[in-house]
Amino acid sequence: MSSERKAAARQRRGVWALGAFAILYLVFLYLPVLFLPLFSFNDSRFIAFPLQGFTLAWYEEMLADDAMLNALGNSLQVGISVAILSTILGLLGAKAVTRYAMPGKEAITAFIMLPLFIPEIILGISILILWSALDFPLSLMTVAMGHTLICVPFAMAVLTSRLDGFDQSLEEASLDLGENAWMTFWRVTFPLVMPGIASSLLLTFIVSFDEFLIAFFLSGTEPTLPVFMWSELRFPSKLPRMLALGALILLASCVLVVFAEWLRRRGVSDAERGGGYGIT
Amino acid sequence: MSEQAYIDIVGVTKRFAGGVKAVDNANLGIKRGEFFSLLGPSGCGKTTLLRMIAGFEFPSEGEIRIDGQNVEGVAANYRPTNMVFQSYAIFPHLNVRDNVAYGLRKDRLSRSELNKRVDEALNMVKLQGFGARQSSQLSGGQRQRVALARALIKRPKVLLLDEPLSALDKKLREEMQFELRQLQQNVGITFVFVTHDQEEALSLSDRVAVMFSGKILQVAGARQLYESPSSRAVADFIGSINFFPGVVKGIEGQEIVVEAEGLGLLRAPIAAGTGGASFKPGSAILVAIRPEKLSLSVEPPPGNAITVKGTVLTSAYLGDRSHYHVRIPGREAPVAVSGTQSARSLDVLHAHGTDIYLSVSGSSVILLPPD
Ligand SMILES: Nc1ncnc2c1ncn2[C@@H]1O[C@H](COP(=O)(O)OP(=O)(O)OP(=O)(O)O)[C@@H](O)[C@H]1O
Ligand SMILES: [Mg+2]
Repeated sequence: MSSERKAAARQRRGVWALGAFAILYLVFLYLPVLFLPLFSFNDSRFIAFPLQGFTLAWYEEMLADDAMLNALGNSLQVGISVAILSTILGLLGAKAVTRYAMPGKEAITAFIMLPLFIPEIILGISILILWSALDFPLSLMTVAMGHTLICVPFAMAVLTSRLDGFDQSLEEASLDLGENAWMTFWRVTFPLVMPGIASSLLLTFIVSFDEFLIAFFLSGTEPTLPVFMWSELRFPSKLPRMLALGALILLASCVLVVFAEWLRRRGVSDAERGGGYGIT
Repeated sequence: MSEQAYIDIVGVTKRFAGGVKAVDNANLGIKRGEFFSLLGPSGCGKTTLLRMIAGFEFPSEGEIRIDGQNVEGVAANYRPTNMVFQSYAIFPHLNVRDNVAYGLRKDRLSRSELNKRVDEALNMVKLQGFGARQSSQLSGGQRQRVALARALIKRPKVLLLDEPLSALDKKLREEMQFELRQLQQNVGITFVFVTHDQEEALSLSDRVAVMFSGKILQVAGARQLYESPSSRAVADFIGSINFFPGVVKGIEGQEIVVEAEGLGLLRAPIAAGTGGASFKPGSAILVAIRPEKLSLSVEPPPGNAITVKGTVLTSAYLGDRSHYHVRIPGREAPVAVSGTQSARSLDVLHAHGTDIYLSVSGSSVILLPPD
């Protein structure tokens, strides 16, 4: 064999190995997740092979479980408020960081980003201690406040890159044409940052919806969905309906992620068509 | 500054964080309806000065008056100025029409009045029928026109332009220069135009301010800048020029006698651009001569022109004129000469090493203070 053919063979082997690795990796990542929808349609209370046949019973059971639906409602409430609140805060923060020269900018940014790096269990316990010291009753509001703390960094990160990416003279041009700072924000900055705002809303919603530890410490008598599910896992009879709910949430997350990515790409191509004055 | 100045810049200094003096004690009076240019190399503070007039930066010292009013503390959206940005800053989410109409929201015009104004503005920049175009579908020149229309529709008293043509290719740039000048004459608005292209500044402007590292060195019309620059920096920046260091030997009436490197003793009228410096016998002086003011000849020239002998080092034939480098005794650097020669003398002059006579009339000599 010539050395050239040896090299080609080596390369083929390399490609093959890489492909195998990628497939293994995907299986490792997604196989457990796929068990959820699979067993949610399985006609047996026990999660075990072989499968027993198709049923929608668990979905019916799920819809009849008021406590579970109540927890889902709680989570949606918290998630939506957190998404809106942290995106607004993140937008203000991102605007300040990208547009104004201020002393200690790095330190302030680091402080805002810090909750990302503190273990949630520590955050949860310390916020719990704070509220009990203040005799403040635990509720969905305390959960939402805790979640906002960890969601603002996500919103900041998304929106800062968005704001950084577009030509500041666009905002100056608006001022120059007679609009004040507020109208400039409304007519120029906001429409251009819109895709970033949308992805920030989605991202922070998902982070909150999914969060367990902080919610566990701060939810009091009104559990969010993850907290509720955890407490119900003690009852094996209730497991199948949780699989049904899990499968639905999985589906919704996929739709949301695809939608967020679509928004982001649309934003990018807008910017490209804008000849470089748009957004990255 | 002067009484009738429309924009008065009085002792304006701008210091940025980190101690950069972007503009250093600038004094300037721009007249109403004038096409005024700020010219200087990159980083000399042109944009900073323009942005202070627009209200995007505020002076660290000094004041700016527009139409007699101190604009200190007046935000950009309340100034009677509009700007054409170097990047054009066309709003990417709006089409051409909405871009141009952007600044009219507060005027609360009726639909028909608004349309009329937008059409007018589009006509002015020759973009009729482009209203529905998305800004991403425009060429560089068209974007530039949209930026212009968007600013002009506001009927500003002053239009500020920051290198508006630098992103265009040469041909389009020349076309737009001509159109800009015509537009300015039609609308009669005061234009303050920033450029680092000296040809552009000289050909467009009524007057030009030459800036160097934050300082305004000279404010004058094109002709005066070229013929009588006030300093070595200006003379060097505008066009090309030969410098001959020298010493003042004496003043005789309206004439000054100078001993200059390579030229020997020469006489020049003092009026020929003394740069405002008063020369005294014995003091150092810089004699500056533009290449096209020098003539070459094989025979000694008649009359009393300043004449020295030299040899042609290199030459380049450019059709309408020729460029030469001439070595003269007593001077290290060759002298640059540019001239139109008769066909017969060309053959001789373009032969290397030819002995020739280099001459210049005393009134073409520029006298500058040494720096
Ligand atoms: N916001 C700023 N902060 C600090 N320094 C600045 C700032 N803006 C400008 N400078 C500095 O001030 C000086 C003048 O800048 P300016 O932009 O006015 O130059 P310019 O003449 O417009 O140059 P160019 O032809 O390259 O556009 C430069 O040294 C620049 O680095
Ligand atoms: Mg500039």
